Amino acid sequence: MSRTKRAVVVALLTASTVALVGCSTGGSSASGDADAAACEPSTGQVDLTFTSWIPGIEDVVDVWNEANPDIQVAVQTGPNGNGGTYQNFFNQLKAGNAPDLGQIEYDALPNFRVQNGLTNLAACDGVLDAQSDFVDWTWGQVNFGEDDAVYAIPQDSGPMAMFYRSDLFAANNIAVPTTWEEYAVAAEQVRATGAYITNFSQSDINQFAGLVWQAGGSWFENDGTDWTVDLTSDASVKVADYWQDLIDRDLVSTNPPWTTEWDNAYNTGAAWTWDSAAWGANSIASGAPDTAGKWSVAPSPQWEAGDDSSGNWGGSSTAVFTGSEHPYEAAQFALWLNTSDESLTMLNESANLYPAAKEGLNLPVLKEGVEFYGGQPIYDVFAEASSTVSPDFVWGPTMTQTYNDVSDGFKAAVTGQGTLLEALTSGQTSTIDALKAQSIPVKE
Amino acid sequence: MSRVAPTPPRDTAVVDTAPAAQPPSGRIRRPQQGQPRARGPRESVLSRVSAMTVMAVFTLYFLVPIWWLFVAGTKSSTQFTSTNPLWFADFNLIENVTNLVTYRDGVYLRWMLNSVAYAGGGALIATILAAMCGYALAKYRFPGRETLFNVVLGGVLVPATALALPLFLIFSQINLTNTFWSVFLPSLVSPFGVYLARIYAAASVPDELIEAARLDGAGEVRTFFTVSVRLMTPALVTVFLFQFVAIWNNFFLPLVMLRDETFFPVTLGLYAWNSQVNQIPELRGYVLIGALLSIIPLIITFLLLQRFWRNGLGAGSVK
Repeated sequence: MSRTKRAVVVALLTASTVALVGCSTGGSSASGDADAAACEPSTGQVDLTFTSWIPGIEDVVDVWNEANPDIQVAVQTGPNGNGGTYQNFFNQLKAGNAPDLGQIEYDALPNFRVQNGLTNLAACDGVLDAQSDFVDWTWGQVNFGEDDAVYAIPQDSGPMAMFYRSDLFAANNIAVPTTWEEYAVAAEQVRATGAYITNFSQSDINQFAGLVWQAGGSWFENDGTDWTVDLTSDASVKVADYWQDLIDRDLVSTNPPWTTEWDNAYNTGAAWTWDSAAWGANSIASGAPDTAGKWSVAPSPQWEAGDDSSGNWGGSSTAVFTGSEHPYEAAQFALWLNTSDESLTMLNESANLYPAAKEGLNLPVLKEGVEFYGGQPIYDVFAEASSTVSPDFVWGPTMTQTYNDVSDGFKAAVTGQGTLLEALTSGQTSTIDALKAQSIPVKE
Repeated sequence: MSRVAPTPPRDTAVVDTAPAAQPPSGRIRRPQQGQPRARGPRESVLSRVSAMTVMAVFTLYFLVPIWWLFVAGTKSSTQFTSTNPLWFADFNLIENVTNLVTYRDGVYLRWMLNSVAYAGGGALIATILAAMCGYALAKYRFPGRETLFNVVLGGVLVPATALALPLFLIFSQINLTNTFWSVFLPSLVSPFGVYLARIYAAASVPDELIEAARLDGAGEVRTFFTVSVRLMTPALVTVFLFQFVAIWNNFFLPLVMLRDETFFPVTLGLYAWNSQVNQIPELRGYVLIGALLSIIPLIITFLLLQRFWRNGLGAGSVK
């Protein structure tokens, strides 16, 4: 008897849960793109909410609120995007209480676009004209190649360059590599001294994507309706084979990134270079404090001598969610946040954001010599790199899953189980499956 | 359960009082008690050693991370990476704590207060509710009693994590997300507490006692609070501790519900900081020292309440 009762109880519980979930999906009425006529200024005072995980963003927003008594912005916060805030955005879109504005990294934007979570701001005053204010490739990240479409305002970027121990290269008479070929040769020479030229990061798949980006590849494509997944393009294969070779010959270390052993490798001179983004400058400075003054920054090694191309790692944008009643005011705030000198300076000082706005690259703080790098004005190198990032790299709509799958494969590969290329191949398959599972049209 | 319970506490009571009153007797008595199992001295040494070894290993296993955290909390950020992780460098604990509590106008202290409010208030009310509910289920007969109990029991099986999203959607309907109540209200129910309270009330509160209270003219509410609650104290302390820890550690619900960092509990706040470490490495130091300080309230709670827990267990079962 008690068994039947228990079964009834369980059935009831299950049913109520299902009913709840059913409610939520029924309630979502995200209607997709706001049409052009929708972006009109509102009358009276406007209150906006803005979710961002940048520490210190409140101070920046206070400056705006002071100057714009009619458009008051309230800051909401949380962990970084993949740490839970993106999931919260999706929950809120479902529940109909999403904030007006949210911070979204470039690699997550397509996901929100596919779920109809973003407002097209093209009709909002000044948004299309702002294209020329931003570094070219960043604009491609927010309009997905569509004309008359702007789904977010670029905020920051992570153009890549090579951090290297200039003192060790000089002391050991090793030439600083300018091509990847020279880099492999230098790797052997560095290994002969007992150290490693760099650490291959097994879980920063977006760093690897940056390397593929530099090699002229792109992992996804969208022709307006269908997606194409291209994790195993020629450029991808070239980059994967190159690093696989270095791993096989034990010329690079494979510590998990962002750990103390990783920091320690840089701090003790066991690793000499790091091809990383502009925001990485601070990671080294704090992770390897004993090496102050011994680092320099040079452009990333090139695939062909004399080439001039760079990759990008990271960066985010400010998007307006569907359901916002004040896209006009939200767009004005987003433009101010990401183009005004005042805001960009504060964001750089509080969170090391490297601007996506062209003028932002000339901020006085980004022109100064940096003490940790022996007084070198390192951001000049990154400004140069930023102008040579290809505008053609496209992110897919399921990057979290792609990162996870490829990262699993990479972790196995560095321990000798399989190769980087195999990881990409299986990531390719699982990404296509994931797209199909979400009914996103995909070409095979 | 009631038949089994009295035996072990009586032993404990003897062992507890004996050393104070007449120290030798405890030692003399033990072999006498052990006589029927006389074959065992060699075995008992072996088993004692192995038991101690197992305990030592586990103690080490549990304490090393805390030791690491403590050591890490005393280091400056430059020495954190470059010195032995399990031993001290320059002692910077005070500075680190000062930096933490002054960072961004003391937002960390706010988080700690929030956690104490969520966990302390929530556990207190949850315990009272569970005690009343469990007592009612144990001592009153009414139609649907078993069904009700089984529904509550079913609640034990549903993990809190699974309920976070449905709760978010419900709270969205009534515009209560991103408020203190969105985390506090769901913390007030403890199906496990109801279960434990019922079982314990059935075992430790004799019907005759309630009857006597009624005869003396006490109302049901008064009987509950003056007689039954006292008998149920050990169970209630257990419920309180469990619920306190559960709320303190409940990270997912606040993550889903809260956006305004003035409402964050300390777990969510530290997690948010930790997710920023890649870009803002200074935060790592704050996360470490913050994590160290955040376990102090739990330790205090346990130290204060375990006394009641043990005493209560004995008292409840002897009667």
